[in-house]
Amino acid sequence: MLEINNLTVEIGGKRILKGVDLNVEAGYTNVLFGPNGAGKSALLMTLMGFSGYKVLEGEIIFKGEDITHMSVYERAQMGMGIMTQRPPNMSGVKLYALLKAISKDSKETESLAETLDMVRFFDRDINVGFSGGEIKRSELLQLSAQNPDFLLLDEPESGVDLVSIEQLGRTINELLQKDCKCAGDRCKHGKSALVITHTGQVLDYVEADRGYILCNGTVMCSGNPREMLTEIKEQGYEECIKCKLMKI
Amino acid sequence: MQTDEDMRKKVEDALHKNATFGEDFDLDEYGIAPTDVEQADVLSELSEEDQRTLLNVGFTPSEENRAGSLIMIDNAISHTSLRDKDVVELMSLKNAMKTHEWVKDYVWKLVKPDADKYTAMSYLQDADGYFIRAPKGKKSKMPVQTCLLLGSKQVSQTVHNIVVVEEGAELDVITGCSTKHGVENGLHLGISEMYVKKGATLKFTMIHNWAQQIGVRPRTVVHVEEGGTYISNYITLKPVKSIQTYPTVILEGKGAFARLNSIGVAHPGSELDLGSRVIFDAEDTKAELISRTITTGGKVIARGEMIGNADKAKGHLECHGLVLGKGGMQRAIPILEANVEDIELSHEAAVGRIAREQIEYLMARGLTEEDAVGMIVRGFLDVGIQGIPDELKADIDATIAKIGENAI
Repeated sequence: MLEINNLTVEIGGKRILKGVDLNVEAGYTNVLFGPNGAGKSALLMTLMGFSGYKVLEGEIIFKGEDITHMSVYERAQMGMGIMTQRPPNMSGVKLYALLKAISKDSKETESLAETLDMVRFFDRDINVGFSGGEIKRSELLQLSAQNPDFLLLDEPESGVDLVSIEQLGRTINELLQKDCKCAGDRCKHGKSALVITHTGQVLDYVEADRGYILCNGTVMCSGNPREMLTEIKEQGYEECIKCKLMKI
Repeated sequence: MQTDEDMRKKVEDALHKNATFGEDFDLDEYGIAPTDVEQADVLSELSEEDQRTLLNVGFTPSEENRAGSLIMIDNAISHTSLRDKDVVELMSLKNAMKTHEWVKDYVWKLVKPDADKYTAMSYLQDADGYFIRAPKGKKSKMPVQTCLLLGSKQVSQTVHNIVVVEEGAELDVITGCSTKHGVENGLHLGISEMYVKKGATLKFTMIHNWAQQIGVRPRTVVHVEEGGTYISNYITLKPVKSIQTYPTVILEGKGAFARLNSIGVAHPGSELDLGSRVIFDAEDTKAELISRTITTGGKVIARGEMIGNADKAKGHLECHGLVLGKGGMQRAIPILEANVEDIELSHEAAVGRIAREQIEYLMARGLTEEDAVGMIVRGFLDVGIQGIPDELKADIDATIAKIGENAI
C-alpha cells in the first residue's frame, strides 16, 4: 500500500527527516513511536503532501504510484486521508457543508455523527472554539465521511478523556476494519493505517501489526508494536538510540 | 418638494462640493434621467431579460411571498403593488407627500441636502423614490421588495426613499439596485432616510448588481428610538466602477440596537468604499458592524466608525478583507471614539490572503483547490442573511465559484 524509500525532508531550511524507510502493507495498521520532536507528525504531513514539507531526497510510493510530488488533492483522491494534531480554524466553513461535500454515504455519516454526538456541531465553523476532544471527534467524522483506504492518524487519543478514548478507539477500529472479521480477509479488503501514538492507548482498540520507532528524523527500529511499547515504557527511547548506535 | 430660497441657494452652491470620500464624478457629464418611464402593471409580462435582471438583485417578479413591490426606473416609479395592505403602506414618495401631510417632517431631516454635490443634485431634482410605512404595532410576515433600475445610458438617476417603522411594528425590506441590459455607464444617487420608532424592528437588505462603468453614491441615515432594532445587509458582488457609501445609524433611544453587515467583492477596475457609522446617543445602546470584503483585483476601503456618547453603550466592529489574486487593494479603517467613561467599543480587523493550510485542509478531504477556495469564500461571505430568493442564491453561488476558479 505504502512504501517510503530514503525520504529526506526539510521544513524552513531545517532537515527534519533523514533517509526514512518505512512500509505499510495492504490491510496493515502500523504504529509510529518516538519522542517529541522526532519528526513523526512531519512524516505524516509529508505523506499527505502539505506545503512547507520539502522533499529533498527519496520517494513515496502509494498503491504502486510515485506520489512524491503530487498535490494534496490528488493523494486524497487516490484514497489517502489524515487526522492531524492541530487542524486549522476554518472560520465560516460549517461542519455540515464539508460533510455534505465529501460524504460517500450521507446516511452512514449522519448516523456516525449521532454516535459521536457531533450533530449539534453541524452549524458550527470547523474547529473554531472546539475542545481537544471535539476536534478529534470532528476529524474522525470527516475521515469516515471521506472513507479513505489509507489513514494517517496523528495521536488520535491525545487530549481526549478516558471514556471518549474508548468511543474513539472503537470508531477508528470500525473505520479500519469494517466487516473484515478475519485476519486473512483484512489483508485483502481492509484498510491500512499509519498511527502515531505516545501512550499506546489506541492499541487497546485497534489491532496493530507493526511498530516503528522514529528518533531524530530517522527510523531506529521496527518490530512487534506491543513489545516495543512495553520496552519504551520501561527503558525510554534512550535505549533505542544506544541500540542503533551499537549496530553501526 | 417646495423649498425656501435660502436653502435652495445653499444647495445650489453645494453642487460644486466634492464628497469627502471616493472618486469624484463630474455631474455635468451626465444627463438628467428621464421621468417618462414605461409603466409595468403586470410583472409577469416583462421580458425574460428584465425578469432576470430583477431576480439577480433579489426581486421576485412573481411577487410570491412579498408583501408589496415597487420598481423605479430612472427617475420615475414604473410599478407599485401591495398585497398586505393592512400591515404595510407602500407608494412613491411623491404620492406619500400628497397622501399624508406629515411626511414632509421626515424628508431631508436626517440627510443634509447640502452635504455634497450628490445630495445637492438629488434635492434640486426633487427626487422621487419609495415610501414604506409599517403602521404602529403591525408586523408583516413577508418582506416588501423594491428595485431601483438605471434604464438609460450616461444619465444620473436621483432617488429619495423614506422608510418609517412605527412603534412596535416590524418591517422587512429587500431593495435591489441594478441597470437595464445594455446600460453600461451612469450615476446612481440615492438618499435614504429611515425611522425606526420605539420598540420597532427594521430589517433592510440591499443587493447591488451594477455594470462596469456605473458610479454609485448612496447617502443613508437611520434614526432608531428606544428599544428599536435596525439590521442592514449590504451586498455587492458584481463589477461596478465605484461605490462610495457611509450610512450612519443614530441610536437615539435607550436600548436601541443596530447590526450592519457589508459584503463586497471588488473586481478589477472596481472601487468599493464601503463604510458604516454608528452613533451611540443613548444609554444601553448596542451595535455590531461587520464587513467582509474580497478583492480579485479591485480596490476596497472598508470604513467602520463607532462614536460613543452615552454610558453603557457597547459596540463591536469587525473588518475582514481577503486578497485573492494580484493587483487588488484592501484597506480597513476602523475608528472608535469614546466620549464618556462607561463604554465598551472594540474592533478586529484583518486583511490578507486565504491561509494555505486552510485550503490544504479541505484538499486533504478530497476537494479540488478551486472547490476548497470556493467553500472558504462562501463561508467568509456568509453572515447568515435570510430571505434571499433561491434564484439569487444560485447567482451568488455562481459568482463565488467563479471567484474560486480565478483565485487559483
